[in-house]
Amino acid sequence: MSTSIEAATEVRPFHVEFPEEAIDDLRRRVAATRWPSKELVADRSQGVQLATAQALAGYWLDGYDWRRCEARLNALPQFRTEIDGVDVHFIHVRSQHEDALPVIITHGWPGSVIEMLEVIGPLTDPTAHGGSADDAFDVVIPSIPGYGFSPEPTELGWWAGRVAQIWPELMRRIGYDHFVAQGGDVGAAVTDGMGRMAPEGLLGIHTNLFVPALGGVKFADETDEEKAANEAMALFRATGFGYFLEQSTRPQTIGYGLLDSPVELAAWLLDHDTDAYYKIASAFVDDKPAGNLTRDHILDNITLYWLTGTGASAARSYWESAQATAKSAGQAPPPMSLPFAFTTFPGEIWKTPRSWVEAAYPNVIYFNEVDKGGHFAAWEEPELFTEEIRAAFSSLR
Amino acid sequence: MSTTVDTATGIRPFTVQISQEQIDNLCRRIGDTRWPSAELVQDAAQGVQLEFLRELARYWVEDYDFGRIEARLNALPQYMTNIDGLDIHFIHVKSDHDGALPLIITHGWPGSVIEMLDVIGPLTDPTAHGGSSDDAFDVVIPSIPGFGFSSQPTEAGWDSGRIGAAWAELMNRLGYSEYVAQGGDQGAGVTDAMGRQAPDGLLGVHFNFLDAIPKELLTAALTPRIFTHEERDQLGKVVGVFMRGYISEMGEHPQTIGYSLLDSPIGLAAWMLDHDADSYAKIAKAFLEGEQTGNLSRDNILDNITLYWLTSTGASTSRIYWETSKAAAASFKNPPPHMRLPAAYTVFPDELFQAPRHWVKHAYHHLVYFNEAPKGGHFAAWEEPEIFADEMRAAFKSLRNGRSE
Repeated sequence: MSTSIEAATEVRPFHVEFPEEAIDDLRRRVAATRWPSKELVADRSQGVQLATAQALAGYWLDGYDWRRCEARLNALPQFRTEIDGVDVHFIHVRSQHEDALPVIITHGWPGSVIEMLEVIGPLTDPTAHGGSADDAFDVVIPSIPGYGFSPEPTELGWWAGRVAQIWPELMRRIGYDHFVAQGGDVGAAVTDGMGRMAPEGLLGIHTNLFVPALGGVKFADETDEEKAANEAMALFRATGFGYFLEQSTRPQTIGYGLLDSPVELAAWLLDHDTDAYYKIASAFVDDKPAGNLTRDHILDNITLYWLTGTGASAARSYWESAQATAKSAGQAPPPMSLPFAFTTFPGEIWKTPRSWVEAAYPNVIYFNEVDKGGHFAAWEEPELFTEEIRAAFSSLR
Repeated sequence: MSTTVDTATGIRPFTVQISQEQIDNLCRRIGDTRWPSAELVQDAAQGVQLEFLRELARYWVEDYDFGRIEARLNALPQYMTNIDGLDIHFIHVKSDHDGALPLIITHGWPGSVIEMLDVIGPLTDPTAHGGSSDDAFDVVIPSIPGFGFSSQPTEAGWDSGRIGAAWAELMNRLGYSEYVAQGGDQGAGVTDAMGRQAPDGLLGVHFNFLDAIPKELLTAALTPRIFTHEERDQLGKVVGVFMRGYISEMGEHPQTIGYSLLDSPIGLAAWMLDHDADSYAKIAKAFLEGEQTGNLSRDNILDNITLYWLTSTGASTSRIYWETSKAAAASFKNPPPHMRLPAAYTVFPDELFQAPRHWVKHAYHHLVYFNEAPKGGHFAAWEEPEIFADEMRAAFKSLRNGRSE
């Protein structure tokens, strides 16, 4: 009688397998790229450099194997379940240790679940990765609707706040009555939103991007650290803001290039922030990756965007957030009283000072500044990221 | 002996040649387009709409005549000449009338010389287009470096000032000792720079876009009390102009968007069509309903997009925004000299903003002509060539009298 309802809310195993034609078509397009002339500067000040894009394309054709990424994904327990009309994809790995703390980790843009793959082992199996059984987590890594294997929304309204509303349902559905949440980038906005809603069972959150500064709120500018953070944000707004503005206002327009040209998709995804760009460029041009940001890992993420055809739908998530921000203009977000933890990574767009974190979140249980890693902290430094998650949440166990 | 020098500074006739292979490649790519899903709104609020672009793609492959660019351009006298290290392409049509006033017209982005083709007749041959022989112009229409058939700069620094200086040399090389200049969009920036440089022979300038705003008005904007209600509306539009994704992206990272513009015809078309709400609506209507506004026909629009594609200039045209952005930042520290030459201005009602007369006067103290045209938008010359030609005649009339010949 209620089959359709059960079918919708059930949790179904998921397996990745793209047809060979899709991969052949990608290779054919990369090989047929019509290149622009070289930029007129010696750095990234005109965008993704031709040498970087060409080295990436060369490796994509001659060195890269998508099937390796598929095998990595399929080695993990993956599922789909329909929530609020979207068939949400997620990775779910349980720890062997009893009383492991469930954590839901949300990726950002231009990322995907690929960013988080290397933290799964250290988090779920701490005794094999320098930790103790008391550090164990059960890990849930969903794809934001419109990213990767979560189908794109077919209606308006899927901003970070709505994603934040469905994650607690996901956690409840897979049997967790208490859990913590973590996120960077767009994932930080989702996680911050969850924290403010304080759904039943959510014990606390950790982020590695300081969301309150994104809303245009001006934070203290007294100490050297505060001044440096404000200057870094101003520099980003003055020189690295194009992608943000375009996706926030015209996601469909840029979407055409992102769907049709693999090299444009790669360039657009690489052009996020100065620190990550140079690290990734160095991986391709000099074969010197920073941490875990290897050529293969970078191309896993780009190829995932390509094969799932999600360049436009991921860009729309910025449009949705801009609409939500415009609607709530002038209104302070609901206060956050849940325990809050934050880690400042040195290569992040701006290094958030402790004073800002304490001004924005009344219940700070953990703050730390680490010595390496950037915007893609979990991806670049999975071991260090794991240590931060262990330390951040140890008081909530 | 001096062959190379002659060749460099000489003026060589130019003919457009497009190979069938280039056209086949373009059509194959359009046919192979991997489309995104449709936008989630009923209007252009998320950008260029899928249905519109699909119809454009269909028309491009099935109905558009790829011989048009060659036929239209090669029917006109075109030339190349090397200035400041770059080959500059230009159209040069002399009037049959004695005493015609030489006029250099600079296109903008996402335009090209294609925008200006239909004003050539009315300007050079006024008696056949409702004017008198006293209204005649000799017309020079160059391609900005990095656009169309002009070479792409291989070093940074080709901002409006450098382009303006090259134009003065071009007019000098063509033997014009007295001339006027006109521009909208990026062409207004070049023309503004020329006016401030005031090279020998330049008698005056006309604009259909107020490029001087960032320099002259933004400081005034800090004290909004001085603005009337209507002016505040216009100021809001001006701020809106600078909060556009395409301006921001091309001003910061032209290379990044360049990959799309070179590799995907549909990515290129979408990027070029998403310029302003008015021209977008007009062009979409031409494709979806077969109802064109003025001269903005499907074929004319595709002539321009196809020119960008065939000349592979998506990235190099974007770089002018990067150059402009650098130059604007520098001009805050070192403001450019005031414009002392006579300036003329036409407000087109559908332009991004309708500059009030006193804004223009504030930027250009020696304002000899100001008028509001009855119709037309951002691409004024392209959309309403006859009205645009009328404006040129009226704007420059007073400057003809004082000429030396």
